[in-house]
Amino acid sequence: MEVLCSARPLQAVLVSLVAAFLILLSGERHKNLRETWTILAGVIKFSLVASMVPFILDGKVLEYTVLTIAPGLLIQFRVDALGMLFGLTASFLWIITSFYSIGYVRSLKEHNQTRYFASFAIALSATMGVAFSANLFTTFLFYEIITICTYPLVAHKETPEARKGARRYIAYLLGTSVAFLLFAIFLTYNAAGTLDFSPQGILAGKASDSMLIVIFVLFMAGIGKAAMMPFHSWLPAAMVAPTPVSALLHAVAVVKTGVFVVVKVVLHIFGVNLLKDLGLGTALAYFASFTIIVASIIALRKDNLKARLAYSTVSQLSYVILGVALLTPSGIIGGVMHIVLHAFGKITLFFAAGAIYVAAHKSDISQLSGIGKKMPFTMAAFTLGALSMIGMPPLGGFLSKWYIALGSIEAGQWPILAVIAASTILNSSYFLPIVYAAYFKEPAAEHRQYHGVRSELHTPNSELKIHEAPALMVVPLVLTAIGAVALFFMPSLVFDLARIAVTSVTGGN
Amino acid sequence: MIKNAPVLIIVVPLLASLINIILGLRWRALSFPLMLAALSVSAASSFIALNTVIDSGTIHYRLGGWAPPWGIEYVIDHLSGFVAVIVSFVSLVIAVYTRKSIEREFPGKTVYFHSIFLLLVTGLLGIVVTGDIFNIYVFLEITSLASYALVAIGPDKRAPLAAFNYVIMGTIGACFYLLGVGYLYIMTGTLNIADLSRLLPGLYHSPVIQVAFAFFMVGIALKIALFPLHRWLPDAYTLAPSAVSALVASTMTKVGAYLMIRIIFTVFQPFFSIEVLPVMNLVGWVAAAAVIFGSGYAIAQTELKRMLAYILIAEVGYIVLGVSFANRTGLTGSILHILNDSFMMACLFLAVGAIAYKTKNTNIASLSHIHKTMPITMAAFVVGGISVVGIPPTAGFFSKWYLVLGAIEAGKWVFAAVLLISSLMTAIVFFRIIERVYFTAADPGHGKSARAVMDEAPLGMLVPVLVMAVGVLILGLFSGRIITTVIQFAVPSVF
Repeated sequence: MEVLCSARPLQAVLVSLVAAFLILLSGERHKNLRETWTILAGVIKFSLVASMVPFILDGKVLEYTVLTIAPGLLIQFRVDALGMLFGLTASFLWIITSFYSIGYVRSLKEHNQTRYFASFAIALSATMGVAFSANLFTTFLFYEIITICTYPLVAHKETPEARKGARRYIAYLLGTSVAFLLFAIFLTYNAAGTLDFSPQGILAGKASDSMLIVIFVLFMAGIGKAAMMPFHSWLPAAMVAPTPVSALLHAVAVVKTGVFVVVKVVLHIFGVNLLKDLGLGTALAYFASFTIIVASIIALRKDNLKARLAYSTVSQLSYVILGVALLTPSGIIGGVMHIVLHAFGKITLFFAAGAIYVAAHKSDISQLSGIGKKMPFTMAAFTLGALSMIGMPPLGGFLSKWYIALGSIEAGQWPILAVIAASTILNSSYFLPIVYAAYFKEPAAEHRQYHGVRSELHTPNSELKIHEAPALMVVPLVLTAIGAVALFFMPSLVFDLARIAVTSVTGGN
Repeated sequence: MIKNAPVLIIVVPLLASLINIILGLRWRALSFPLMLAALSVSAASSFIALNTVIDSGTIHYRLGGWAPPWGIEYVIDHLSGFVAVIVSFVSLVIAVYTRKSIEREFPGKTVYFHSIFLLLVTGLLGIVVTGDIFNIYVFLEITSLASYALVAIGPDKRAPLAAFNYVIMGTIGACFYLLGVGYLYIMTGTLNIADLSRLLPGLYHSPVIQVAFAFFMVGIALKIALFPLHRWLPDAYTLAPSAVSALVASTMTKVGAYLMIRIIFTVFQPFFSIEVLPVMNLVGWVAAAAVIFGSGYAIAQTELKRMLAYILIAEVGYIVLGVSFANRTGLTGSILHILNDSFMMACLFLAVGAIAYKTKNTNIASLSHIHKTMPITMAAFVVGGISVVGIPPTAGFFSKWYLVLGAIEAGKWVFAAVLLISSLMTAIVFFRIIERVYFTAADPGHGKSARAVMDEAPLGMLVPVLVMAVGVLILGLFSGRIITTVIQFAVPSVF
């Protein structure tokens, strides 16, 4: 594998950090200037990340050492196919989310918008840092930065409820990462003498089997951002945040950082062969399966739209882990692709939830009857997102599910196939009723009366009138929905990157 | 200048302290510049001395040209040079801070304050650079007496009582230390550390020597407020003037920790405490208790300074814990933590001092939205807090890294767990404050009037706070270089 030295990964990390400073400097007084920084940083960041794609597709790796702090403690970036896949997704969706954010916070006249946009920019910096990190120390560094700079976003509303959610958020994420993840990193360094990611893994033959199992369990427990049960309850708690935060951070950047680190640990710290020998892959697959099923069942019972989406995320994140834990080429490809494909679907759903909240002030599923007529674009996008979650062709979600299913057959794990089937049924049963109600149910009686009284004063027939959220919000969610469809027909970039990532860890077979 | 650097470190502030009394009473305006000048010379001399040590090895300076063991010898090696630089630099920064804070707290008495301040720093630096254990005692007492005085002048009515408690405990500690010195002198006839180090191994099995070691440990434990001998510290450090709290918290306990390392690993050879009188495990458990206890009590506090005082007790536990692992990694962590903790504590105490200066109220409950008026101070406070928790890239993470690795290398899993658990406990402490400050609106009664008008402490206080906060952010990134140039030589070569 050819290694190129390039500062581009560092630039991609720094660009939004610089933007955060500019955002703080601009402040509330120069709103438009401040938003310009966000958009500009988003575009530059994405271009920087995208400019590295050709090298990666050529099978090269970009590397850059920023700082050697001490032996084993290096801030170093290495862009490989896996990191590229994640970095590309997060940086692309940040641009779209930025527009949506502007629409959202301005419609709702949110307070403290400067802090909001600055924290957002830092979070994206740190996400790139995780995506491109070359060793566990760099990963941990940015992982913790994400936790800390998203805390203000979760506590944004400054209500007792928001503080409570934020407290749980920080307690779970910081708690698990310090108590377990950091400990696992210590043990890894003590055993292997290095923290560098390597396609073959670094732990093989470096410690006793029981020690390796302990390290693995600590890693899995420590990566709280992956929201694997029992460390998942921070994610629903984080839904007190403004919706764009839930959309990009708690459906894409933060949680995908979690599963991305899990994938990194599985493939680049332990290595496929070692995990197969230890039988830990299978154990992890069943653990993930448990989360998939149980989280879906909980989602069924949630009436709050964002809460249902949150549990759906918990469940979908474990798909990524499940696919990789199968340790077969197709399984890994499926898992890795799911990072991208789930992102497009889920961000659409959250965007839609936010648009409904802004336009109709509704946040519960039981209030959504008939909303499809009022908000046709939003609900159409929502439907596409939901279908992608369920895994219906022609939507992106189908592809990853297909590969994960193939992977489970390759691994000979038939029960896993049953899990995928069961979860698909569960997904349908918590998403399709929403779509059905939106299009085919009449609005609830008292609602109609209430609206009727008001509409008589203003315009008759306001029931039938289209009342969408501002264009700044609707266009982004339509775009991501189109993205979810497009990825089904043009998955080649995602697929190629996933394939390169898999070839490097399985040695080409 | 370069040749005499070791002695200038101490003589300049000592003389300045005396001159200041005479000069300052006539020309009061000269007092503050004199203090700054003296401390700057002292800091520069420390830097020069450390540089010389790095280039050409340990410096032996014979005071008045008298050869040891008759004369007093100043010895600067990597460890003492390192600690001297920390102490002189941090006290210089804090000295800048005192101008505004002390002027307000004790108008008209600043001259005396500056003299005692200089005396305190002289004593601390003396402990560090001298190579004579009785001389250490003398400097220890200079330091302690100065600090009793500085604590007693605290703005609160309870300060004299706290100082009195401190005097009693400090004196008992000094007595233990002096008894230890006496026993060693009786057995060996020398007070020079290098001599002792040579003569003692033959006497290790003598009960007198072993008792002397125990006395040293207890004496120092009292001085650095190692749990369970910490009772005097929270009151004394809470009720002292803010600048004084910052000075004593960031330097005194660190120098005490330095002294402990000196006694355990230089006066006595490392194998004494590992094999002859295996106390390391006991020391470790005591330190672990200090870490857990300190962090736990910090959670329970409702007032910022007292909370920081308990954090300090935990931090002392960290340093001692690293020593107790008796391996290179653990000791590296301890020595690095002397530096990091010094900056962290200065940063936090100074920030709280700035808040107290502006609001006269440091109850955690009354801090809501204070970041709107004091954004820079609060940002510095958050940086310091995150470093205490041990989150990269702040300095605190890196010392903790070596401490935990040291624990794992020593196979002491419980202590590794203790270190991580204490991180979690301090996370509760600081995120509770962050939540209170940034995300809780003040009482609705006067909510509107407090619209974001910046109202920071004067620059003279703000800049020191910032220097320390930036230090906390930057130092960590240089940990590797600090270790390879200084600390690896400061660790006894047997490890």
